[in-house]
Amino acid sequence: MTETTTMNQSATSLLSKLRRKWLEIVKMRWPYLFISPFYILFLIFGVYPILFSLYLSFTEWKGLGPIKFVGLKNFEMLFKDKLFWQSMTNGVILFFLYVPLMTFLALVLAVILNSNRVRGFRLFRTMIFIPYIMNIVAAGFTFRLMLNEKYGLVNLMLGIFHIPPVPWLESVWGGRISLCLLVIWAWLGYNMVLMLAGLQTIPNELTEAALIDGASPTQAFFYVTIPVMRPVILFSVVLSTMGSFNLFSEIYNLTQGGPVNATITPVILIFRHAFTNFRLGYASAMAYLYFLILFVLTLMQFRYFGQQAD
Amino acid sequence: MFTRRLSLWFTDFLMYALLIGVSIFMMLPFIWMVSTSLKPPDEIFAIPPIIISKHSSLSAYVYLQQQYNILGIVKNTFVIAFSATILRLFFCALGGYGFAKFKFPGQGALFAFLLGTMVIPGAVTLVPVYIIMRDLKWIDTFWPLIIPGAANAFGIFFMRQYIMSVSNELMDAARIDGAGEFTIFWRIILPIIAPGLTSLGLIFFMGSWNDFIGPLIYLKSPELFTLPLIIRSLIGPVGRTVYDVQMATSVISLIPLLIIFLIFQRRFVEGITAGAVKG
Repeated sequence: MTETTTMNQSATSLLSKLRRKWLEIVKMRWPYLFISPFYILFLIFGVYPILFSLYLSFTEWKGLGPIKFVGLKNFEMLFKDKLFWQSMTNGVILFFLYVPLMTFLALVLAVILNSNRVRGFRLFRTMIFIPYIMNIVAAGFTFRLMLNEKYGLVNLMLGIFHIPPVPWLESVWGGRISLCLLVIWAWLGYNMVLMLAGLQTIPNELTEAALIDGASPTQAFFYVTIPVMRPVILFSVVLSTMGSFNLFSEIYNLTQGGPVNATITPVILIFRHAFTNFRLGYASAMAYLYFLILFVLTLMQFRYFGQQAD
Repeated sequence: MFTRRLSLWFTDFLMYALLIGVSIFMMLPFIWMVSTSLKPPDEIFAIPPIIISKHSSLSAYVYLQQQYNILGIVKNTFVIAFSATILRLFFCALGGYGFAKFKFPGQGALFAFLLGTMVIPGAVTLVPVYIIMRDLKWIDTFWPLIIPGAANAFGIFFMRQYIMSVSNELMDAARIDGAGEFTIFWRIILPIIAPGLTSLGLIFFMGSWNDFIGPLIYLKSPELFTLPLIIRSLIGPVGRTVYDVQMATSVISLIPLLIIFLIFQRRFVEGITAGAVKG
């Protein structure tokens, strides 16, 4: 008897607690209402797909008909799938081919164009940034036209210096380098603008003091600018890392993953399995493994840069 | 002193050489694109290359209109980009306002969650979202390109930072006058944050205008295509690509963005750098 009373009491106190909480929420309904669209949309187009995709990764499904549960079979196949590992390797190769060069170039250009001493600095900034606004399909086909082995503008120009025609889009490394040229062309300006914004937060006195103390501009660049800019450089490098594995439109329109899969990336492969081969289960498993690897890679970058900053 | 001056001169020389070299690399594709779009087909692969043809004409553009109704394609691209941008701006400003000017239980956790969603790559949700759209019968409509992105985590983060710097005085005054919370947002906050909305809107508009993978997955009928998709569809059989027509489409896809960018350059740059420096 007493037990039920206490239970009733605790139940009522819990109820009144919940009621109070609810009243509080009703009273505070405005902010919840204002932020709710994001969470509703994310529930439908984020949470549900993520869970459904996790489920699909243990199944075989063509998009229609019954979904067949196959356990870990997709992942077993994935570990043996040479093309998948080739695509991850390609991501790494592309990263080393363009990220260091682009980041360094972006930083150097930003330092140069940060000083108003350069004549026409606004024009240079605009010219370097403009490619960023061009859609990558148009850019990809323009590059294809210019890099054509026999008739492309680039090889004709190289011919003037008696350099034999380069098989840009017809060879393994040519394909990779062409892709990097396109990516650098499209993204250098964006990274430069990031660096410029970063530089503007550094007080000018810092570099000036170094110069007065007798440092050369090169020394000031390496010993003052780079350490101070580390957070912005990290941001730009992390974005580019994800970028090099995520490349899709660039490849789809410039090299189509070839020649001999030299430029295939995970996202191209996932897209192919999903929308060309209709192997939705396998595509989902691949997407999950890819996400996991990328996540670890990003964490490692934060660790590495974080330690150096200490 | 003399060596110092010489080394300064040398640094200047290197600086300008780099700037000019990079600028040529950046501009050449644009020049070649425009040039090819105006050339007669037999001059496209001429040796030596011709930059400004004596036989320049707009025939590729006329052909585009006759064969592909390119103005209709421009309209599709614009309708999608414009509605997506307006919808996103509205929900991002509203969400940003909710986070910036209110204190409520669970606020910190909800905001951290919002930021966390930004690390999920689109590849993971690609397949299930496609299935959702198919079951909604939204394939071959503009809806999949407008609705899922309507409230965007980066946009809410951006607007929150922006609205936090707005002073509370006007809002409090309006509250005393009995204005409702939504009225305050619509009448007071929105006009004040117009510059921030412009910056964010430019990013959204550009992203949607240039989007390729979305239209590639969801649009099937050629009359619904967007500009990037039509450029892609113009490749034709091997060796028979009509480069002049393809480049003409590329020029058309670039011009509206170029005009908008040159007018709003400063706002645009503010938008893309906001995340990097503050975050």
